[in-house]
Amino acid sequence: MNPPHSTEIYADHITKHYQSHNGQVYALENVNFKISAGEIVCIVGPSGCGKSTLLKILAGLIEPTSGQVRFSNGSNDSGIRTALIFQEHGLFPWMTILDNVAFGLENLGVGKIERQQKTQTFLEQLGLGEFSHYYPSELSGGMRQRAVIARAVLVEPNLLLMDEPFSGLDAQSKLVLQEEMLHIWKTFQQTVIYVTHEIEEAILLGDRVLLMTGRPGSIKEEIEVLLDRPRDLRDRDQPFVRETKWHIWKAIEGQVRQSLHVSG
Amino acid sequence: MAHMESDRRTGSPESSRFWLSNKIQFNISFNGKVIAGLIFAGLLLSWEMAAQFGVISPLYFPPPSFILQKIGSLLTNGTLISNTLITLARMLIGLVIGGSLGLVLGLVMGWSDRFREVIDPFVAAIHPLPKIAILPLIMVIFGIGNLSIMIVVAAGAFFPMLINTMSGVVQIHPIHFDVAKNYQASSMKVFQRVILPGSAPSILAGLRLALNTTLLLTVAVEMVSSISGLGGMIWMAWTTMRIEEIYSSLVVITLFGILINVFLMLLTSWLLPWQEKRSS
Repeated sequence: MNPPHSTEIYADHITKHYQSHNGQVYALENVNFKISAGEIVCIVGPSGCGKSTLLKILAGLIEPTSGQVRFSNGSNDSGIRTALIFQEHGLFPWMTILDNVAFGLENLGVGKIERQQKTQTFLEQLGLGEFSHYYPSELSGGMRQRAVIARAVLVEPNLLLMDEPFSGLDAQSKLVLQEEMLHIWKTFQQTVIYVTHEIEEAILLGDRVLLMTGRPGSIKEEIEVLLDRPRDLRDRDQPFVRETKWHIWKAIEGQVRQSLHVSG
Repeated sequence: MAHMESDRRTGSPESSRFWLSNKIQFNISFNGKVIAGLIFAGLLLSWEMAAQFGVISPLYFPPPSFILQKIGSLLTNGTLISNTLITLARMLIGLVIGGSLGLVLGLVMGWSDRFREVIDPFVAAIHPLPKIAILPLIMVIFGIGNLSIMIVVAAGAFFPMLINTMSGVVQIHPIHFDVAKNYQASSMKVFQRVILPGSAPSILAGLRLALNTTLLLTVAVEMVSSISGLGGMIWMAWTTMRIEEIYSSLVVITLFGILINVFLMLLTSWLLPWQEKRSS
């Protein structure tokens, strides 16, 4: 597989309001950023700061109230392939792993035999080959999430959008999958936007961290991550990571306390 | 102690070993189905004996052997087969027509929120009406006969299929639609790969309800409006006090019910292999 062309993204004054039972919700207010081709950007922020909403807008699943998303060719989305990876439930429980992972190719019009061969080969590279005829419910959460990632990578997206993909996993599986992600990104070199509420994860994975705060959701700060690549899990111990971690925590601590109604 | 240890090694959870002496042992399988079969045979035997020896009135409770004989003679003169086929045809035609209309409308109502909002009040209003109650009206409009019977049966199949299909589509997790949209699935693909398989468990539950309802309705409608079919046969037998014929029809209807359930089990394991694996 050749590395696909990655894309630049401009988020241009994105605002999203919607009506809920409790009145008007200001999910996003005037969000601006530019992401270069091939860059890995992590968006970190407390629960409910609108980061998932932002990702869905970038993926074209929902429309912003105002503002727009533009890609490097200047168009809205023509020719840009985005693959979105959700927290969980990303696989169809009624399809085998093979059919699930081949679903992206299926919608690109790849013939049945070709897509099954391609998918099987890729699953074998990932070490999931022997599970291709299992149903998702028969696999562990970590294996399911790897299948979701495989499905996304197989369509060779220009832009990979990940919404807390490992938040449902145990701490140890998470470590292994984070390292696998670092490896996959190095191989495929697409532009990546990775949403998480884990500060350390954001620093470890991203070239840049966008710090979001909620009510209304907006980008509060941009942090350049000064760590060399390739990175691995040992980089957690670097002074830069530790300092940045506390810096980010200070910036969002107030909101987290407020949302939990913890005083002081 | 030695015995218990060998037991632990070889004994499956379903079998237990009884020691009658030091040398002889029996393996008795505690299979629920075997026990149920034994109880059933025991009940039949007690019924037979009680009726034969006059403990219970053979007029109201003819011994099973008499009923079996009656079934044999009804089979040879063709009455039972023709009436069974008539009931089966009325039931299946009603089921296919009413069920498929319910399926299609249920899918559309599940898919389109707007359509559901408009149609739902009508469904909610008509659904609770016992379908047997519309028979007189249907007979006034369409006359006495097969058409009226099948219309009532179809109405009975329509609602459980409609409601279960609709709720089956509605309860599909929204993330599945997001994934399909993200991979730019066409409407056809969404239908084929998300909506149909996602709602299939609920559709099958609807089919189960529809089958039970149509069996009940067909027999009931035949009782009041027909001299043919198993319902008609039971009613005729009652008016002429042929008790063994009543029992014969009941046996056939019971077999119907069993066959329906076997059919549903096979259909479920064929259509929903992913659900079986989850439960096992």
